[in-house]
Amino acid sequence: MAVNAPVAPAELKSNLNDPLVIAEKIKAQYPTAVEAANAQGIVVQGEQLLEVARYLHDTPELGFDYLHNVTSVDYPDRLEVVYHVSNLARGGTPLTLKVNAARQDPAVPSLVPVYRGANFQEREVYDMMGVRFLGHPNLRRILLWDGFEGFPLRKDYKEPYYEDERKPFGTRWDQGHHVIAEDRNPWHDNVKYPASFDAVGYKPQRDTVRTVGAEDAVATKLRTDKLVLNIGPQHPSTHGVLRLKVTLDGETVVAAEPVLGYLHRNHEKIGERNTYLQNIPFTDRLDYITSMANNLAYVVGVEKLMGIKAPERAEYLRVIMAELTRWISHIAAIGFIYNDLGAFYTPLLYGLEERELVLDLFEAASGSRMMCNYMRFGGVARDVPEGFLDKVQYLVTERFPRRMDELEAYMVGNELFTARARNIGILPRDLAINYSAAGPVLRASGVKYDLRRADPYSIYDRFEFDVPVGTVGDMHDRFTVRIAEMRESVKILKQALAQIPAGEIMTGKKNYQIRVPKGEVYGRAENPKGELGFFMVSDGTPNPYRYHVRAPAFINLTALNEMVVGHKIADLIVILGSLDVVMGEVDR
Amino acid sequence: MSEEKPQAQPVPVASSEEEWIDEQVRRTVLVTPMDRVVDLVDKIYNWGRRNSVWPMGFGLACCAIEMICTSASRFDISRFGMELFRASPRQADLMIVAGTVTKKMAPSIVRLYNQMAEPKYVLAMGACASAGGPFKEGYSVVSGVDKLIPVDVYVPGCPPTPSALLYGLMQLQKKIDGQTIRDVSWYRKGASEGIPEPVLGPDVFDPRRAEEITALAGDPGKLEARAINIKSKAESKAEKK
Ligand code: SF4
Repeated sequence: MAVNAPVAPAELKSNLNDPLVIAEKIKAQYPTAVEAANAQGIVVQGEQLLEVARYLHDTPELGFDYLHNVTSVDYPDRLEVVYHVSNLARGGTPLTLKVNAARQDPAVPSLVPVYRGANFQEREVYDMMGVRFLGHPNLRRILLWDGFEGFPLRKDYKEPYYEDERKPFGTRWDQGHHVIAEDRNPWHDNVKYPASFDAVGYKPQRDTVRTVGAEDAVATKLRTDKLVLNIGPQHPSTHGVLRLKVTLDGETVVAAEPVLGYLHRNHEKIGERNTYLQNIPFTDRLDYITSMANNLAYVVGVEKLMGIKAPERAEYLRVIMAELTRWISHIAAIGFIYNDLGAFYTPLLYGLEERELVLDLFEAASGSRMMCNYMRFGGVARDVPEGFLDKVQYLVTERFPRRMDELEAYMVGNELFTARARNIGILPRDLAINYSAAGPVLRASGVKYDLRRADPYSIYDRFEFDVPVGTVGDMHDRFTVRIAEMRESVKILKQALAQIPAGEIMTGKKNYQIRVPKGEVYGRAENPKGELGFFMVSDGTPNPYRYHVRAPAFINLTALNEMVVGHKIADLIVILGSLDVVMGEVDR
Repeated sequence: MSEEKPQAQPVPVASSEEEWIDEQVRRTVLVTPMDRVVDLVDKIYNWGRRNSVWPMGFGLACCAIEMICTSASRFDISRFGMELFRASPRQADLMIVAGTVTKKMAPSIVRLYNQMAEPKYVLAMGACASAGGPFKEGYSVVSGVDKLIPVDVYVPGCPPTPSALLYGLMQLQKKIDGQTIRDVSWYRKGASEGIPEPVLGPDVFDPRRAEEITALAGDPGKLEARAINIKSKAESKAEKK
């Protein structure tokens, strides 16, 4: 594979990522469609959103083929639905599209006909904000259950343990005493019911067996009964509390629908009450296997908003931590895939053994094995202890390469594995893009898109490394891409260790309360699972006005149905394993 | 062993049949108070149970990863006879609640608990399972699994390190050791009645409390009186002015 050319300087890139240029082009086509446009994004007329999206997507010259993120913001006078789209080949900062909707019964057209990756994300916006998406194939709650009262991310929604709008809570220090949450809430528990709620006569909504696409998939004359099988939320191979509703024809999967939300921990609502700094430990708990990388994505986003940069040494430390994280995340993922294949636990144990070594290093640097809470705005929390870098050096020069050779010998070349993985769960290139797949899943389908190259953050533009891609987009490719990425991580680590300078680890002094200027930002980083994005709206106070997480594992699940149809039930489990979902991130 | 075999004692000639029976009983049957028998059985019974606690493979969130690490080679849970993570609640003795208990998950957790065969134990691993943890203030998080099912051991931490989990398991072993078949609940009549599953309505509720909830929801005044109100920052600022 040829070494990637260094990123083209900004002026060489076409200005097709500039919202003002695009706005002119849209205006030429649809004179009434653009309500406003500035360097931040384009506000599109609600009724014409679908046409505009189709125009942006289908025009070869523009080619906005990838929908990164869908979210919404609740302003006092309106609800704003925000889309981030871009052209993967071009890379660079995504284009922001916005649509305004009334707060009373908001509705905007669904973008699923153009971008299938919008499916789950629009359901999430509906669930959290109550925006109806007209034309959506299956608009139901996704993270909460059918029958839940209220739209929790609306600013006027108060959770049962509500204490104050934003932290730090005045009530905790102003009056010198704190009343515990259970006493503040009349139900003495974390619940609230609508007035005159009749619990005695309440009939819970039955889980409706509505599986997308089941009817048209079984078009045989032969009369067989379809069987709907429920897998999870407690199941050893669903990687946590994922639940799948699978429609089977005999042993063949006809449709699979993920049922999510069993680990919905209100990350975003809590995040909006928190100060910026308080959110860092919460990002640890998103994808709990890759806490360092989550930290990085978040601080990169906030730093963009604040306009500060970390000192050299801190940037290098960040890269070292993030790449070590990528390495252990992938090795665990590989172990789990083998677990799902039936090689119970043994291959995983090999992975966990290496992981322990890295966790020890993390503990030395940050004080905690898993939840590192290490990065800060403008630096890292503390410098690494003596001997740390030597240990990393030993790992990347001796131990890791040896382990990877072993892995490749036992696992990649394994005949049984090849038989089970080749041509299983294929996600073709076009569909991978259209479904907004990210990370190794996208690259396994042959799309050379890695944020470290396409939109470099931190100091990734200084390192030499390849972006491995697959050819077919099957399970085997997703597996080998991960192994190749591990090798690239080691390459980066070696370079970083050779270059790391001594010096400061923090710009300015440590600050508990940071001031973030007004504005909004979509900050993102290439996590082991894919593009982890943070969309934040700041109103100049110490707390984010809106805080949204673009979770790669969540969006990758959108394409699950596409991958499993026609395969056997045993393959379904492995295909799910090859997506490497972590429920903390999926449900947030 | 000594070289000389103990000589078999000549059986004394019984003077009567009754005496003979007494003699036989004395020689072959252990006569001791019932209490001591029970103690002996307890010892064996508990020793067996304590060293083969099979946990249910049941991970909810981040803590589950540390649970997996505990069972991996470095910390090696099998030193305690607990390495058999069972996927089915029917075969498990211990439910390690490793992670955040959400409202949506609550009915499933109670159902799983009901499906476990007695004797069964629950270990709440981590801050979330013990009391709601960092996510306690969230609208869809249950403040600790003990709101749903009885808990035997709490292990603090976020996440608890594998060593902390092992310590918790040793505490559980201690608890098991202290139990006696005289008063354990699972030999009592009607002991294994299940806990009714919570219902997911506008918010989660316990069906046993349905009447109480309906009565309160229909009576805003009474409901209001149950809460202690605190002033928000803005309110107390305005008051000072
Ligand atoms: S206690 Fe901490 S580590 Fe454990 S599940 Fe809760 S948040 Fe995750």
